[in-house]
Amino acid sequence: MSRSVILKTFGVLIVGALIFLPLTLNRYGIYIMSLWAIMTIAAMGLNLTLGYAGQVSLAQGAFVGLGAYTVAIMMSAGFGFWLPLLIAIVITFAVGWLLGYPALRVQHHYLAFVTLAFSTLVFLVFRNEEWLTKGIYGIMGFKRPSAFGVSFQKPIEFYYFTLGALVLASAFMAWLVRSPWGRAFVALRENPVRALSLGVDTRRYTLMAFAIGSAMGGFSGALYAPLVEFVDPTPFTLALSLNLLMMVIVGGSGFFFGPFLGAAIGVLLPEWLRFAHGWYLIIYALFVMILLIKTPTGILGIIENMIAARKTRAASAARAAASAGLDKV
Amino acid sequence: MMNFINLILSGLATGAIYALVAIGFTLLWQTSQTINFAQGEFVMVPAFFVLATLNLGMPLPIALLVGLALSMLVLGVLFKNLLVDPMLRHGVLPLAICTMALSIFLKETVKEVYSAEASPFPSFLPEGNLIFFGANISIQSVSIFVFAICAVLALQAFLARTSTGRQMQATAQNPYVAKLLGVPVERMIMYTFLINAALVALASFLISPVYLAKFSAGETLGLAAFIAAIVGGFNQIRGAIVGGLLLGIVDNLAAAYISTQYRGAVPLFLLIAVILFRPQGLMGRAEERTV
Amino acid sequence: MKLFAATLLVSATFVAPALAQTNAPIKIINVGELSGPGATVGTNFKNSADLAVAEINAKGGILGRKIEIVHFDTQTNPGVARALVQKAIDENPYAIMGPGYSGSVKVSAPLAAQAGIAQVMGGEAAELTQLGFNTLFRTSFGQQSSMPKIAKYIAENLKAKNVAVIWVNNDFGKGGRDMVTKELTARGVKVTADISTEAGQADFAADVVKAKSGNPDAIFIYLNEEESARALRELKRQGVTVPLVGETTLIGQKVIELAGDAANGARGHIGLTVDAPNDNLKAYGKKFQEKYNYIPDHNGIKGYLGVYMIKAATEKMGKVDQKGLPDALKGLTILAAKEPGILMDLTIDKNGDLDRDSFLAFVENGKQVVKETLPKMSK
Repeated sequence: MSRSVILKTFGVLIVGALIFLPLTLNRYGIYIMSLWAIMTIAAMGLNLTLGYAGQVSLAQGAFVGLGAYTVAIMMSAGFGFWLPLLIAIVITFAVGWLLGYPALRVQHHYLAFVTLAFSTLVFLVFRNEEWLTKGIYGIMGFKRPSAFGVSFQKPIEFYYFTLGALVLASAFMAWLVRSPWGRAFVALRENPVRALSLGVDTRRYTLMAFAIGSAMGGFSGALYAPLVEFVDPTPFTLALSLNLLMMVIVGGSGFFFGPFLGAAIGVLLPEWLRFAHGWYLIIYALFVMILLIKTPTGILGIIENMIAARKTRAASAARAAASAGLDKV
Repeated sequence: MMNFINLILSGLATGAIYALVAIGFTLLWQTSQTINFAQGEFVMVPAFFVLATLNLGMPLPIALLVGLALSMLVLGVLFKNLLVDPMLRHGVLPLAICTMALSIFLKETVKEVYSAEASPFPSFLPEGNLIFFGANISIQSVSIFVFAICAVLALQAFLARTSTGRQMQATAQNPYVAKLLGVPVERMIMYTFLINAALVALASFLISPVYLAKFSAGETLGLAAFIAAIVGGFNQIRGAIVGGLLLGIVDNLAAAYISTQYRGAVPLFLLIAVILFRPQGLMGRAEERTV
Repeated sequence: MKLFAATLLVSATFVAPALAQTNAPIKIINVGELSGPGATVGTNFKNSADLAVAEINAKGGILGRKIEIVHFDTQTNPGVARALVQKAIDENPYAIMGPGYSGSVKVSAPLAAQAGIAQVMGGEAAELTQLGFNTLFRTSFGQQSSMPKIAKYIAENLKAKNVAVIWVNNDFGKGGRDMVTKELTARGVKVTADISTEAGQADFAADVVKAKSGNPDAIFIYLNEEESARALRELKRQGVTVPLVGETTLIGQKVIELAGDAANGARGHIGLTVDAPNDNLKAYGKKFQEKYNYIPDHNGIKGYLGVYMIKAATEKMGKVDQKGLPDALKGLTILAAKEPGILMDLTIDKNGDLDRDSFLAFVENGKQVVKETLPKMSK
């Protein structure tokens, strides 16, 4: 069997599992799967900013929060779901664009600090500006959306809704990274000076990478709010940003499917480990550390290396065979 | 006026702790490009080494020494050999993420093995208050400040005056050239990790009587030290000191005169201003090495 | 052979519920804050619930059936709390305990209400029992019953006109601050300084400076135990002499231990503490300390009480009836003379709020001294 056939079979199996497996799960399992889909979208956004464009952001969790709050506030005011969703994406895109400006001035770890400050500020605004966000008490009383007469109220319905959103987001990402923009982002990461000399408008693309990545975070947050049906500041601390960063790195930064794997480890693994009771987070942290030590470029990075190594081996074997053949002549 | 002095003095005491922790942060970054997100937990852990030793019936001075030794072993040697060394070649981020996982690991382990409660921690410093410009200041705060400053001065002297210290500085500035000049770079990096472990242990012993020994005690501290290190320039020990003290004072002044609800954000805005207008930090020099 | 095994498995699943009717253990699931910022709260609750379960099982259980308690960790995240309450409901327990944070309670209460399973929780926010979830029960006073008593004391006994309020800006502190501010204002007392602090804050110099600047006649302090102790020390250092008033978290034994001399003179309203002049409470405190080697706080008492509330209601029904439990809890009065585990006579009202005696206490010479017993509100 050729490699592409294996890959295709594998892909079909995964997609089939994502569609049919949740039918066999209880409501809790379905909820966790929905959460995985939502976090994957947020991690995909961060993967664009970090993995493709090479900009370290510690604010992705804050954008998820911005999206969630926009939807929760507007839905409570009676706007339905779709308009708030759109507004959430627009707002996070705009704020992401603005946050990108420091990225033009400071680089590498300093950029991480600016985004960290932003993240802290956003949390405090959620908590303190009670007139808008209801502060620490949180916003409640909005429903899950419906479309074309189909309600997504039940857990399994909402799961398919988030899965649809994930497919949409993935399709967008797949298009984006293959487009000239995507190639410009990578050029930016690999060598900004060279990219500039090749005529890539690095300013615009840096801002764009930030803005699109942030808007994906906002999109994810807009789905998070109706999943939980409650929004309060506590989930959107720096911890969420760091967690998303971990998902991207562990899955394989700069790989298209990295966030899918990373979110599976960040969201599903702790749940699987719950049988260990009080020790589950210890085991989880240990697992992540060992994983990173063994695969510092992420799971997909290692797989790629393995494939590359195999190809080299195969090639040198072929060369050896060829030269052996030559000897005989 | 008395209130103002009060705020400054207590800010200095807190800032001195930030500085102690931030120096270690800076040292690790300089010599091994390690951003240690578990630095706060590194301050939390030594107190529990001491408490565990005290529970075995040892007197406080012995327990402190045992705590220091265990810190240097676990947070110095083991941290470097098991975690940092294998990951060093793969860039800054994977290692930083790994230290994040380490911080969860340390917190959860202490919570599970010892207790989720805050435990009182014995102070080896005198209690009581001093009158200073009409303001009442606790001897404990003054001692913390003095201890922290002495530790920093000793470290500075060590780095500047001794041959080992100069070799460490050479390693920090350019490991390749240092290696060419015959500096045992590997050993120097190990020394940095040991010094960091000793600094966090000292910070731990100084503040645990006030902060109490608790699994979550490192969270705010780690972040504060991180910020202090950046404000100070990230590659300068004296920057870390200034950054720490400044952060301690600004924290207090912001809470007293600007907003208590936003006290967490005001120092960060200071940080943004510093980075935007002086990207190399308050006391830092422009980084020559590319990351 | 495989078919045989499958048949066995299938029949086992069908037979299991029938078995549950006889004398399988009664399952209680505690969904609590076992990690994250609320870990201390959740761990106290969990440990005490475990203690109560062990006691009850040692004496033969409820109606002859043992209790089995399982703990799920919410990581102090409402989203996770919701997922776990869903998980708990999927496992069809007799009752759910927790969470302790009001936000997590709010997001999970609709699920338990829908399933008709009693939820005995630790949240103190006033609104929780006013949202109309008829399966939700408190294990402590809501802030709507404790704060009026404090405001009354400040306004009438202390005759204070200006008060500074120092509170911790989380779900627990904000609720108390809002409620006490409302009650003080209603009694003509002005809040001259409204000081928000962070959980885990170490340095209270700025907060005390700010509190002093309003020249208050009294300071109301609503922080967790550790922060209370630090605030008391700082107040003493800056020479503040006005009365310091608080709740259980200001004058508990743990605070006194941590704050030393600085705690003397602090006073407040206490619903439940292990230092109350009550033999049952003292016995509980002693048992807890023997088992876990530290002094439980009021969250501990909540967990302990919760299990005994479930026990008392079940015994009243005379059967283990999951759907009947919420109704059995409503309007239930439990006498400590009959059920020492309930610690003090207690009435649960139709909203799930508790009513019982409480105390006014002072700290004198490093000891908590009860000055006055405040009767049940319904009396």
